[in-house]
Amino acid sequence: MTAKIAYDDVEVGTELPAQTFPVTRATLVRYAGASGDFNPIHWNEKFAKEVGLPDVIAHGMFTMAEAVRVVTDWTGDPGAVVEYGVRFTKPVVVPNDDEGALIEVSGKVAAKLDDNSVRVDLTATSGGQKVLGMSRAVVRLA
Amino acid sequence: MALDQSFVGRTYPPTAPYEVGREKIREFAEAVGEANPVYTDPEAAKAFGHSDVIAPPTFVFSITFRAAGQVIEDPQLGLDYSRVVHGDQKFAYSRPVRAGDRLTVTSTIEAIKSLAGNDILDIRGEVHDEAGEHVVTAWTKLVARAAEEA
Repeated sequence: MTAKIAYDDVEVGTELPAQTFPVTRATLVRYAGASGDFNPIHWNEKFAKEVGLPDVIAHGMFTMAEAVRVVTDWTGDPGAVVEYGVRFTKPVVVPNDDEGALIEVSGKVAAKLDDNSVRVDLTATSGGQKVLGMSRAVVRLA
Repeated sequence: MALDQSFVGRTYPPTAPYEVGREKIREFAEAVGEANPVYTDPEAAKAFGHSDVIAPPTFVFSITFRAAGQVIEDPQLGLDYSRVVHGDQKFAYSRPVRAGDRLTVTSTIEAIKSLAGNDILDIRGEVHDEAGEHVVTAWTKLVARAAEEA
């Protein structure tokens, strides 16, 4: 048993359920601890501005981790992911308020490949701007 | 200053094994808001055919990026890390990372480019388990932004 989606039930163009992921300063502190990435641009506003950023920004790897959830929630088994890559095009700026930022992710089957796998192309935006480019996952279906 | 092209193809010694713990996976899954029990409940993971809880797909970056430190901090290479941003990231998995894995990473400099004064460094990290089997390859593109004119 692997994915809960069958290869035969999917066509090129099949859309995955879109999701919105909230991110606040607290999220970033927690992610810093869990990932070991303590770069101050992800938690220290003064430092972020000194190096020319508009404000604290989310870890690119945090955004990458959220985006693939659209794929793994769809397939059921995250172990079915064969490949996953992104380009970090724009930072997700996270203001110091109760709202934070939202990362909106949608995905669609772009190609059916051999070995029961499909390529899913993901779109991730925050504040109306695309934050990931070339965001693609290959996932093996049932 | 452009980085030395002669570093292209250089492979660094494998890292000491990193032991993947169930609680570290749980902590990471919670940090990214993942509720899938395959990350926290061994029985749920077994229902998907895994021998123990598995890690979210991007978890392994913590390990490969630490390994890439050998490259980033190589004084002979001379990268200005304060100006580095993460450009691209890609993973190719032979199998998911799971609790109990003891993983070593072998880092190789795949490419060095200079573009508009920026240094672009491609590092490949090959991750193997204790049995020597391939688990995942991570490609990391780092961009050291050109220093501003003083």
